[in-house]
Formats: sequence, structure tokens, C-alpha cells
Amino acid sequence: MPTTTEAGEKDPAAAADGRGGPRRRWRSSVLPRHLSLAVLGLLAVTVVMETTGSFANSQLASMAYLGIAAGGLTVLTGLNGQLSLGHGAFMAVGAYTTALFLDGEPPALPLPVVLAAATLVTLLVGAVVGVAAARLHGPYIAGATLALAVAVPGVVLHFERLGGEQGLGVRMPETPVWVLDAAYFVTGSELDPTKYVAYIGWAALVVTYVLLANLMRGRVGRTWRAVRDDEVAAEIAGIHLGRARVLAFVVSTACAGLAGAVMAMAVRITAPSGFSLTLSLTLLSAVVLGGLGSLTGALIGSALLTFLPHLVTGLGTDAGLTDVRAAELAPAVYGLTMILVILVAPAGITGTLRNLWRRRRGVA
Amino acid sequence: MQRTRRFRRTTRLAGLLTAAALLAACGAGGRPDDGEGKAAPDAGITEDTIKIGGHFPLTGVAAPGYSEIPSGHKAYYDYVNANGGVNGRKIEYVVKDDAYNPTNTSTVTNELVLKEEIFGMVAGLGTPTHTAVVDFLNAEKVPDLMVSSGSLMWGDDPAKRPWTFGWQPDYMIEGKIIGQWVKENMPDAKVGLFLQDDDFGRDGEAGARKYIDDQIVETVRYTPGNTDVAPQLAKLQAADVDLVLGFNVPSYTALSQLTAMKINFRPKWFHSNVGSDPALVGALLARFSEGKVKGSAGLLDGVLTTEYIPGTDATDSEWLKLWQKVWDAHGAEGELTNYRIYGMSQAYTFVQALQAAGDDPTREGVVKALEKVGSTLEGPGLAPFRYSEDSHLGISGMEVVRLEDGRGEPLTPVLVTDIGDAPIEEDDSAAKDAPPANGIPDVEPAS
Repeated sequence: MPTTTEAGEKDPAAAADGRGGPRRRWRSSVLPRHLSLAVLGLLAVTVVMETTGSFANSQLASMAYLGIAAGGLTVLTGLNGQLSLGHGAFMAVGAYTTALFLDGEPPALPLPVVLAAATLVTLLVGAVVGVAAARLHGPYIAGATLALAVAVPGVVLHFERLGGEQGLGVRMPETPVWVLDAAYFVTGSELDPTKYVAYIGWAALVVTYVLLANLMRGRVGRTWRAVRDDEVAAEIAGIHLGRARVLAFVVSTACAGLAGAVMAMAVRITAPSGFSLTLSLTLLSAVVLGGLGSLTGALIGSALLTFLPHLVTGLGTDAGLTDVRAAELAPAVYGLTMILVILVAPAGITGTLRNLWRRRRGVA
Repeated sequence: MQRTRRFRRTTRLAGLLTAAALLAACGAGGRPDDGEGKAAPDAGITEDTIKIGGHFPLTGVAAPGYSEIPSGHKAYYDYVNANGGVNGRKIEYVVKDDAYNPTNTSTVTNELVLKEEIFGMVAGLGTPTHTAVVDFLNAEKVPDLMVSSGSLMWGDDPAKRPWTFGWQPDYMIEGKIIGQWVKENMPDAKVGLFLQDDDFGRDGEAGARKYIDDQIVETVRYTPGNTDVAPQLAKLQAADVDLVLGFNVPSYTALSQLTAMKINFRPKWFHSNVGSDPALVGALLARFSEGKVKGSAGLLDGVLTTEYIPGTDATDSEWLKLWQKVWDAHGAEGELTNYRIYGMSQAYTFVQALQAAGDDPTREGVVKALEKVGSTLEGPGLAPFRYSEDSHLGISGMEVVRLEDGRGEPLTPVLVTDIGDAPIEEDDSAAKDAPPANGIPDVEPAS
């Protein structure tokens, strides 16, 4: 992107008169732009994945599922103004669906179908909740979804089939031979199961982000923003408020479902304690840290969530702290970061960077 | 215009094709055919170090008590290292916090195995947490020794989990031993079960029911995390229970004691070993009651429980003297507690396993050695291990004790048994084991 911006700056007249100019074309051709960014993204992911070790791969897998869920949440909260405190519960739905479908040797369905099924099931649950949530406003939606986040782990305990407190183990199906061969053909190194899951996660993330980015840029995104900014004006403009809200909710929960599916595969277990209220709040904090309403922000937020605690604990141990103290350091630093961002950069990391950039351009 | 667009499209297509071709050319093509030898040395072990790891709840609700276990491990390994290590190798123990959340356990185990490249997992704590990683460790062929949990899963099926070994007595034999004791000593008691709703409660219940199925009049379960146990205790009270048998963790011992006081329910209590540490329960009672109940170990006076290693109350035990010496010399801040002794006792067994694996231990060698000589190892355990090719279960028995002023007064000799219908027998042989003078085991290589 920087190159095109430079091009636009070199030729301000072309951008200003609104005709031609690569920058202009880049901005207006939404789908090709998103697709090419996606391809670039996938290439970058491949390079990173192949140059880092197994543990980094597993961290990248965590980042992928957090990123998918945060992406969905940022659309809901940032674009449509609905605050959900229950996305962890929707991830649980996706994760348990995946665990159940992957049960059995060999699993009944191929992996992509399982992912789709997990997304679909969560989408249906999301639709039901969304219809209820569409009737509520602001803090009341937060309250209702909060109840969901508290209830779902409890509901899980009720059913013997779901494994109770100990949860369900998730067995990854064997990596198909053609995938192994293809991976070896392209990268020259063997694909281990950890890396396989990480690739699946990032492929899911890229697909999700392309779809979300298109939605955000198009008519649907405009209606969502309109509903968020002024309900009365939106209604006068012919937007059906309820429909727009439910749609946003459903899209967002579908993302959470997919994220849950990837999480189940990456974590290898789905247990109620993995889907506590903390998870929902963590997702929200990722979105706020990164910048509300921005997919880049969601990605940055999930990267912070994944890498920061590990980094801090490592630093703590290196500094000679005991294991317990070092472990306690991670949540403390995360909390401090959160406070700092809210105080210094209330628009989140991407929001603040964007504002800075705009101001500089405005001065220039 | 039309033409330019078509031209542009062609250019774009050509560009794409070139990129694709380039990408394919970058690839490695097929695999080299030669079968490479797999003589690579095992991870985590060098000429003078061996790196092992464990996952524990260092933060969060399960941290009180359990977070002390790794400090016991470290103190003992430091003691061994200061005395020359095992066959010249210093033991490095890497501890990671999972906050008792299986999702975190999975992450930190990835870190231990893939990044720290540990030789083996030692004493990973918790049933739900360790369940999340046991298959991964076995798939990666990482020895998974002395899991800090009494679930049957760690040893009843070595064919399925060949790399995993239990350590403490499993909950089923504990249930059996408790059940038989109740049958013989309190045959008229109406028994109520207070169970954690997972393998812990289930295995314990299955063991107890082998003996006192007809005496059990009520069974209640709690879910960890839900701190209100009043409905469960009211149900026990309504069933006129006079002996409550609890397979629960320490915080629920404290909660159930508090709640019982509140509803004026005064049965006799029998808590399984896990939930009966007098010092911790006393401290928890004081905290939960916001100081209304004064924290002292005597709060659990008269409560029945079991013991399988000498703890802080066994003041004349040679083992306690050793642990005290180790803790004074190498311990972190804080007093020697039963949890630290638990950690040191496990560490002692690990050192034995490492010695049994010979001068150049391999991952497979440790497992084979434990299967071969595990049942003959002498250690702090009151009963011998059951390690063999057919069973990876740990210590085979325990004694029933009554808590008096924070001390366990033995009511029975050491009772030894196995899962299933194995009979319960008296066996004091292992209880007489004393530590070697220098405090470091000396086990002959197994092969």
C-alpha cells in the first residue's frame, strides 16, 4: 500500500480531480485490491511460517483463531455499534461442533466441510441470539450476551456427551498425502501437524478477512454504519434497522464459530474452562487495543494477545524472577498496556496511527 | 479504450502466470529418495545437562498450594546438581504457568516441547489440563512422567499412552481403601458422597462403591468454579448422612466445612488425600470466612483422610529430615510445606528413573527402564510403584489417618491394592525405606 500512496502524493492533481491515477483506481477496485492483498498476505504468512520454528508456528495458529474472532467482533462492535460480551460462547459452539465432527476414526467428514459445518451451526445459534439482541440497545445487548458467555460453559456440563469439565479431546485427522506432497513441493520442508493447523488457521483468516473487508466496503457496511451513527436517519433512508442488526450479528458470530473450529484444532481439546468469560473479554480487549472497526487493528490486537504474555514472562524469567512472579507479570503488563492505550491512544493502535498520518498529510 | 483494457487484462494474466511459474520453480520439487538414518540424539539432553519441564497453575484459582509443587522440584534438582548431577548431567527444570486452563496447557506444552525442546515432561499438573496434552506428548514421543494427578488415564492403558506414567496413587484405589475402612470400622454409618464432577470424583466413587455401595444414601457433585455448595450439603443433610466422603480439592474442603457450619450440619468427614492438607485448608477457611473462622490447622481435627508419603507432620521420618535439609539449602522463599514435599518426592523418583536409564539416557530408555525396574524403586512412597509393561500406574497404596492438630495419626498399616477387583492387603515393606545418607538415590542401570 505505501507505494500507491506515494504515487498518489507525487501526482496530487490526478488524485484531486478524481480521474485516473493509480491511487484512485486502487481505491475504487475493491475486490481485486482485497484479493491481491490476500495473496500477498498468504505469501507473507508462508514465508514467516517456513522461516520460524514449530513453537512460533503454534503461536501463529493461536493468533489466527484470535484474529478471526476479533475480526468478526470488530465488525459488530465497530461498524454496527453492538457490544457483544459473549463471543467466547460462540467460539465454544464452533469448537464443540468441530470436536464432535472430528470424533471417530477416520472422521466422518473432510476437514473443510467440518470447518464449514462449525461456522454454519454457530451462525444458526447466532441468528437466534441476534434476533433477540436486535430488540435491545447498547448496554442491554452487552448484558444479554454476557449472560450467554456465563451460561454456555454451564450448559456444556449438563450433557454427558460433551465430556463435562474435562472436555472433549480433538483428534486432528491425518494430513492428506497430497497436501504433504504439495507442501514439500513448494516449501522444501516437511509439513508437521502443528504447521498444518497453522496454515489452515491462516487460510481461514485470509478468507474471512477478504469477505469481511468486502462487506465493510460495500452497501452492507454502509447500512451498518448508518444504523450505528443515527438510527432515525437510517430508518428514514429506508434501512430496516432490525435486519441490518441481525445481519451484522450473524456475520460476526459465524466468524466466531470458524475461530472456535480453528481453536479446537490448535488446542487439541475443547473444555468449558477454555471458554470462560475471560475469553470474551480478551477478544474485546484485542479489538479495542488494535482499534475499533478496523481489521488491521483486530489482527494487531490478536498478535499482542498471542505474543505479549509469552514475551513478558520470558523477560521476567531472564531478569531472575521466580516462576510464580514471572507468571504474574504477564497479566499485569497486559493490563498496563491496555490502560496506556486507552489513555494515550483512545482510538486504538491503528486508529491513532491513521489520525497521525492524516494530520501530517493535512499539515503538508 | 476497449483495446487498452483488453491489453491490460492480457498483461495482468501474463503477470499472474509468470508469478505462478516462478513460485513453482522456487519449490523443492519431489523429496530426495534416500532414506535418512534416524540416529539424531534426543532433544533436551547434552553431555552435561538435561532439560525437563512441567505445567502448573502458578496463577489463578488453583494456584494456592499447587504453585508450590514446582519449587519443591527445583530445590531437589538444585541439591542434586550441587552434588554433581546425575551421571555428570545437571538437571534443568523449566516451569510454565497454565493457570489450570487446558487451552493454556496446550500452549505452554507446545512451548516446552517445540521451543524449549525438553527431554521429557515431568509432573505436569491436573486432570483436565493434562488431558489436553497427553495425546500430543505421546504423538511426539516425549516421556510424560509422574503426572501430578490421580486419574487412571495416566497408567491403566500403556498400549494407548506408552510414554505416560502416573505417580501418586490413583483415585480408584484410594476409593477402594477408604471404602473398605468404612465398611470395617463404621458399618452402620449412612454415607454421603461429595464428589468433584470429573474423573477424580468418578474414579473415587467407583472404588468406594465396591465396598460400601449399600451404605451410600446420597451422592452430590460440584463443578469446580461454582463456589456455592449449599444445595449439595443441604441434600446430604436431608438424607440424614452421618459420614461425608469427599473426593474434592482443598478449596472445596474449606467451602464444604464453612457451609456445613452455616446450616448446622455436623457429620463425620472423610476427605481424600487431595483435599485434606490441614495447613492449606485452614488458610483457605480463614480467607473464605473473611477472618470469622480463625485459620489454624486444628480446624480439621477429627477429619479422616489418607497419606501415601511422609509429610510435614512426620517429624521423626528420615525423609522429612532430608527434605528439610534440601529446602534450607536450596529452597526459594517460604516454609517447607506438604506441596513442596510432594514435589521433592516426585523429583526423587525422576532422578531414580534417570539413573536407571543408564549413562546415556534416551527418551525410550527412560520409559523402558521405568517399566523394568520401576516397581523395585525405593523412595519416600509408603507403598511401592506398580510400574511395569502392563501398568504405568504409580504408588500402589496408602494408610488411613485421622487429623489431630494438623497431624495425621495412622489408623491402619499401609494398605496396598490395584485397580479392578484386586484385593486390599497390608504391606509395610516400602514404608520402611530410608533415604541414602547423601540424600541422592543410587539406582543401577536397568540394562
